[in-house]
Amino acid sequence: MTRALINAPAAARGGDVIEIRTLITHPMETGFRPGADGKTLPRNIIRRFTCQYNGEIVFTAELFSAVAANPFLSFHTVASKSGVILCTWEGDNGFSQSESVNITVVG
Amino acid sequence: MTSDSVTSDALTSKTVTSRPAVDRQRRRLLTAAGVSVSISIGLGLSAIVRAADAVPETLAAAVNTYAGGATVTAGKVVFDIAGLVDNGNTVPITVTVDSPMTVASHVTAIAVFNERNPQRDVARFTLGPRAGRAKVSTRIRLATSQKLVAVARMNDGTFWSQSVDVIVTLAACIEGD
Repeated sequence: MTRALINAPAAARGGDVIEIRTLITHPMETGFRPGADGKTLPRNIIRRFTCQYNGEIVFTAELFSAVAANPFLSFHTVASKSGVILCTWEGDNGFSQSESVNITVVG
Repeated sequence: MTSDSVTSDALTSKTVTSRPAVDRQRRRLLTAAGVSVSISIGLGLSAIVRAADAVPETLAAAVNTYAGGATVTAGKVVFDIAGLVDNGNTVPITVTVDSPMTVASHVTAIAVFNERNPQRDVARFTLGPRAGRAKVSTRIRLATSQKLVAVARMNDGTFWSQSVDVIVTLAACIEGD
């Protein structure tokens, strides 16, 4: 398990557009870099990111080697109902991690 | 070339009576050398031009493949990135698309492509009317100074883009190159 952060407002008014920012620690080894022995290091990246709001997919990202280490993503969604924002990162070597935050929607 | 031939003519006028055969040979050699130099310069230039052309073609091909052959129009997309990048290992980018993000009219996908990294793809995002605002940020790597393109796909099937040129002072994957 690596560290993953989700930054989203804990409370919002119904219909508000909220920004969700996520960060996860990951080397994002490109697969193009030689290691200490001169051989190319095997690729190890996060390939896919999914964000679900109460089970509904609101945003996905397909990442490639050109995404910097410790991938940061920022996107928006409409705060509809109180519930759970669940983010999932999946990648090479069977990497998979999920993290969630709760959001309270009033009004 | 002109100055060379002038010099050889001037020499000819002086030495024509004394050493005509040698001079004729000399002139032939000069002409031959001039031609071969111009040929090699011509070849060199065309090789450089071709190499420079080949790279944007692959960028265009990547964009074209993504768009599925549809026309990609410049506009509606704002690609925010520093023009002068100090560190290519982590370059913040923001792509904003001018769209009301309603069910009737919204952005369905955004993709970013580069020109000179080992791979043309940078990232692809999918979003929908649920997003509320078509604005995505991330951090990327840049191997060298190059052109980047952000492409947005609308729900009506149209594609919009913006290209930016960036200068990178410290490149990512520096050990690899």
